[in-house]
Amino acid sequence: MIVEVKHLTKKFPVGKAYFTALKDLNLSFAEAEFTGLVGPSGSGKTTLLNIIGSLDVPSEGEVIVLGKSVGRLSPPEAALLRKQELGFIFQNYNLLPVYTVFENVEFPLLLLDMPARERKKRVLESLSWLGLSDKVNSRPAQLSGGECQRVAIARAMVKRPRLVLADEPTANLDSVNSHNILQAMLKLNQELKTSFIFATHDEKVIGYLKRIIQLEDGRVAEDRLV
Amino acid sequence: MIRFLLKGILRDRSRSLLPIIVVSLGVMITVFLQAYMDGVLGDSIEWTAQFTTGHVKVMTRAYQENMSQTPNDYALTDVDILQPQLEKDYPGLSWAPRIQFGGLLDVPDENGLTRAQGNVKGMGLELLNSSEEIERMHLNDYLSSGDFPKQAGEVLLSRELFNQMGLTLGDEVTLISSGMWGDMAMYNFKVCGTLQFGINSLDRGFMIADIEDLRLALNMENSASEILGFLKEGYYINKEAQNLSGSFNQKQTKTQDKFSLLMLPLSDMNGMQFFVAYAQQMQYLIVLVFVMAMSLVLWNAGLLGGLRRYGEFGLRLAIGENKHELYRSLMGEAVMIGLLGSIIGVAFGLLFSWLMQKYGLDIGDMLKDSTIMMPTVMRARITSTTYYIGFLPGILSTLIGAMLSGIGIYKRQTASLFKELEN
Repeated sequence: MIVEVKHLTKKFPVGKAYFTALKDLNLSFAEAEFTGLVGPSGSGKTTLLNIIGSLDVPSEGEVIVLGKSVGRLSPPEAALLRKQELGFIFQNYNLLPVYTVFENVEFPLLLLDMPARERKKRVLESLSWLGLSDKVNSRPAQLSGGECQRVAIARAMVKRPRLVLADEPTANLDSVNSHNILQAMLKLNQELKTSFIFATHDEKVIGYLKRIIQLEDGRVAEDRLV
Repeated sequence: MIRFLLKGILRDRSRSLLPIIVVSLGVMITVFLQAYMDGVLGDSIEWTAQFTTGHVKVMTRAYQENMSQTPNDYALTDVDILQPQLEKDYPGLSWAPRIQFGGLLDVPDENGLTRAQGNVKGMGLELLNSSEEIERMHLNDYLSSGDFPKQAGEVLLSRELFNQMGLTLGDEVTLISSGMWGDMAMYNFKVCGTLQFGINSLDRGFMIADIEDLRLALNMENSASEILGFLKEGYYINKEAQNLSGSFNQKQTKTQDKFSLLMLPLSDMNGMQFFVAYAQQMQYLIVLVFVMAMSLVLWNAGLLGGLRRYGEFGLRLAIGENKHELYRSLMGEAVMIGLLGSIIGVAFGLLFSWLMQKYGLDIGDMLKDSTIMMPTVMRARITSTTYYIGFLPGILSTLIGAMLSGIGIYKRQTASLFKELEN
């Protein structure tokens, strides 16, 4: 298993009381899954993604990501896990505007202290997968929304992470671009055996998922393979 | 990573332009002020040393007690023994015997009666046997007409005195003064040249003659008012002068004897103590002020930059850069900006300092009626310190500014990054 969620509860303080976002959740994710956390706003999708991504810690229970218990990691250890093993794709792409497409994709590899020649090879390869070879020297401002999101995927994929977490990756894209993006991710999932976990309520994304976990009020309402 | 950060700095003008402008301006002013202060204060110190005090001065205790009156009745005797002894004991200094005096300068007409008369202060120094004193006092720069004494009995007068007395070169003048033994002294000189110092107190009435002529004129055979010592480094070093004076004075045993010898450093004469300390501390004060002022501006610039780059920092934390690494990279950027701004600032600062050193600022008109002894042309002086002093405020202020503004990184909650990055 790549991720194991055991009796996970997450509470947030609200004044003197607590709001429970996740309630005694039990889940496991295998290698190369293409899974979606689906549900309305407030159902706990992003909270679960946060904890799996080692950006947050459980209030109760345990989440084991790639053999490491997220709640027991120190902040630098959690950062190291994200740096080495996890890829993130955000709704707003979050590309660095002053850098070129190549440099944006190269950045995670710089954090890994990878040699320049290897970095270049990996970046060009990633951009090629996503059909961006002709945009290497463009700046984000010169790209369409779909192209920006493909750059963001290339950035997430370039270090060959074992797990990619995507929060509403198609929310800002039109139908055609959404399908292109999803096909690209599906291809990467199949060819590189990278696991994808989405948080989404977009029907277009749901159509591509191989496993759908329906969350409602912090609980698993349905967990089904497609 | 450094290349990556540098690209960001160079491409994102809002991240780099304001800090670089602030640093460049601050550094430029720091460099210029340092060179200017060093020039003006250093010039004043060296002026005083060359004309009055030396870097150290040897004299009798009685002469020191009444130094403002130049009491030649307490002058040093047996200079032909004393000077070689000083040269032997203190080879790190060059020694120059001087006679300081005051008197009346009389210009006779063709009948030998007084045509013009005026007060004069003067100095006897070695002019005929060596050019060392001429070079030390930069007298070539002040020679406005004629030439230096080439033979005994020739004298240089300050230009203003020369004009006031209606003299021409080659005229005879008579010095009326008191001799070393309390006697009245009269001696004829031939005017061979004029000097213009640009210092009103000197230009109004000053004469310079060879020390042997003054010995004859004032009955000071083998004597001198004082022997000045000049450090071979060519400029005043307070600690060294203090140490030399201390060791010399410790060797003197008959301290109750008013004719016993005393050595004083420049800082212990003419009220120079404060001035020397002031000159030394001034450059550090300038650096401190600019570090503080620029840090405040750059702190604010860093805060604004931090707001603009909020998303970038969030993304970097999310994809695996930890907070220490992010903070360190901010410091790295600050050093680069500080270095870049400092290089630009130092270049401009040096340019303006060089212009000020070469052309100076003439304040002669303002000092027309002043009796203060200071150069009328204020000049900067570029020293080795000028080349590096700007880097201190340049780099320190950007670092402090970035350190303060970067603290926000540690307050960032990673748990809210997904939400923040959606906005």
